[in-house]
Amino acid sequence: MRPIIKAQGIGKKFRIGASIEAYATIRESLVRTAKRPLDRIKGVSAVANQDFWALRDISFEIFPGDVVGIIGRNGAGKSTLLKILSRITEPTTGRVELYGRIGSLLEVGTGFHPELTGRENIYMNGSILGMRRSQINTHLDEIVDFSGVERFLDTPLKRFSTGMQLRLAFAVAAHLDPEILVIDEVLAVGDAEFQKKCLNKMNGVSKSGRTVLFVSHNTQALTALCSKGILLRDGISVCQGDINSVLADYLGNDRDAETVWERDKPGDSDIYFERVAVSLSGDQPKMELIVESRMRVKRKFNDSFISVDILDAGGGYLMQATPRATPFISFTEGTAEISTVTTVELPPLIPGRYQISCWIGSHFTETIDWVREIAAFEIVSSPSSERTYRHSSDRGFCVPISKVEII
Amino acid sequence: MSQSSKSNLENPIVPHTAAVDGPSGKLGSIPIKPLAIIEPGRAWSPLNLKEVWRYRDLLRILTVRDIKVRYKQTVLGAAWAVLQPLLTMLIFSLFFGRLAGMPSDGIPYPLFAYAGLLPWTFFSNAVSNSGNSLVGNSNLITKVYFPRLIIPIASVASGLLDFAIAFVLLVIMILYYGVSITANLIMLPVLVVMTALLAVGIGGWLSALNVKYRDIRYALPFFVQLGLFVTPIIYPLTLLPERWRWLLTINPLAAQIEGYRSAFFGRPFDWPALAISFAITLVIVIYAGYSFRRMERSFADLI
Repeated sequence: MRPIIKAQGIGKKFRIGASIEAYATIRESLVRTAKRPLDRIKGVSAVANQDFWALRDISFEIFPGDVVGIIGRNGAGKSTLLKILSRITEPTTGRVELYGRIGSLLEVGTGFHPELTGRENIYMNGSILGMRRSQINTHLDEIVDFSGVERFLDTPLKRFSTGMQLRLAFAVAAHLDPEILVIDEVLAVGDAEFQKKCLNKMNGVSKSGRTVLFVSHNTQALTALCSKGILLRDGISVCQGDINSVLADYLGNDRDAETVWERDKPGDSDIYFERVAVSLSGDQPKMELIVESRMRVKRKFNDSFISVDILDAGGGYLMQATPRATPFISFTEGTAEISTVTTVELPPLIPGRYQISCWIGSHFTETIDWVREIAAFEIVSSPSSERTYRHSSDRGFCVPISKVEII
Repeated sequence: MSQSSKSNLENPIVPHTAAVDGPSGKLGSIPIKPLAIIEPGRAWSPLNLKEVWRYRDLLRILTVRDIKVRYKQTVLGAAWAVLQPLLTMLIFSLFFGRLAGMPSDGIPYPLFAYAGLLPWTFFSNAVSNSGNSLVGNSNLITKVYFPRLIIPIASVASGLLDFAIAFVLLVIMILYYGVSITANLIMLPVLVVMTALLAVGIGGWLSALNVKYRDIRYALPFFVQLGLFVTPIIYPLTLLPERWRWLLTINPLAAQIEGYRSAFFGRPFDWPALAISFAITLVIVIYAGYSFRRMERSFADLI
């Protein structure tokens, strides 16, 4: 069988630094051109403009009917890849051959206009996504039905609630009929029920033999929908193949990206943290966080104890583990270093990145050393195995183990 | 998804029979030739008008959207299409016609001015709207693919409705002043197409420049205002001394405005001037088209 998408060596370069600004003015351009020789004399320019490769030498082949998950951390180049495939932006190097019509859905409701009615927006959005008018006509009833907004069809969109706009947008997109469908994390919006509806719809699309490219951070959705995967890391394709093995690679390696911290210069305090390594063990919902720390002892000090703080990605406090609440580490003359292993039984945390801080002190008011937000770990799977829709920290970070019975 | 190197070897050479363009119909039949190739663009790519034609539904819908949105939540609605040239005409009639005694080739000055302001209003609105159109639709440009040229074209096309509405008033004025309508009027569609082409050329080119250089947004209104004076709208071409008249032929709109008057008032056309104007318009449109294609590639990264 011949591939439907053939990509060879695609790369995308961006300039970082002051070079290309969105709001460049002619004056700036002129000034820059005039200053360029001057910069060269001063040797400035090399530093000011750095090339940044968002994607580098990506090659793959996708066959008709494949449902491919594109996986990677934030900034790995997933969206850039989708934008190149959907012809929104041009690659700097390489070549892609498309053997089918491509329809992309990088944002729900693209081209919606608040002043137009629901019906007008269906036509607007549909035609922007590449549908012909006749096509929209034939699907109109299904679209309206799927979105559940029939009562508001002739009301301006600005009177719609956000949820209604979203449902309408997805309804249009779901009835797109291309041979290749490209979807960027659109499931990250909407309520749980609607997300489920979308997932089912997408499942149907892939069952009908269409080729789907799907970017998501949602492991459950990826395993449920995709057969194959491409793992990107820092713009490079590190692994391609069966979705489960690619996911395993992602979960296995990307998890310990920032898990080891080492102090770059000696600390000021009498005792200071020199190295902290975190790792995870076990499976959701019962995972353990293991924190190994090594402390350098410059001078004998009072007996001490340690604690480990767990923070969200933004640095908000979630919890503090104090394995022993009274001083238990004693320093004798000549102790040069102390190593500890702390095991934290994690509550059922929602997927996401978490940071840790480590503290050592002799009393809760007597801090010896405190290293903040030094290492991170990433929870990738949901604590609830049957959950297919996304978690949101708006509902808290913890999904307590619970049960329900009909009585 | 095998490694690409492996499958390159087993790429059979088959005579191509499949349709190259458009949907292949049923699933599973992979065309031999790719429907699209994505690669770094060359400096000068072909215009690809076929692609614009494929997206004509979108062009129509964007045009209709521009029209619908323009007069939403306005009290007077489409009456603005008439009011703009009408009020300008009244003011010009007072100052230039009455007070300054501007000659108007034997046609009542209000009619003379309105006949020039009608196409001028269309042209100037079309150029300013399309000049700002790409920046105003940045959400589309960063999220979906379609030939970008559609956006400025739609802006120009949506102005045609205003032109039609304002044209009704012109007909009423022609009847009121008792000027007879002649067969010259059949040139009107040709003139409108020429003016629209010129507006697409200039507006499209400016819209692309505007993506990178936001100066355009500020410069545009000023130059549009200047345009009113370097085009024979409020004064007849005959006002200029004979030996300077050729200067205005550089301005392709000048001959067109004179052409509109000839069409409306049954005066003879200045064919050579119109031919030159058409040639200049074509050159502008073609240059703008290629220039747009070249700049189009980086829109999503710059906007």
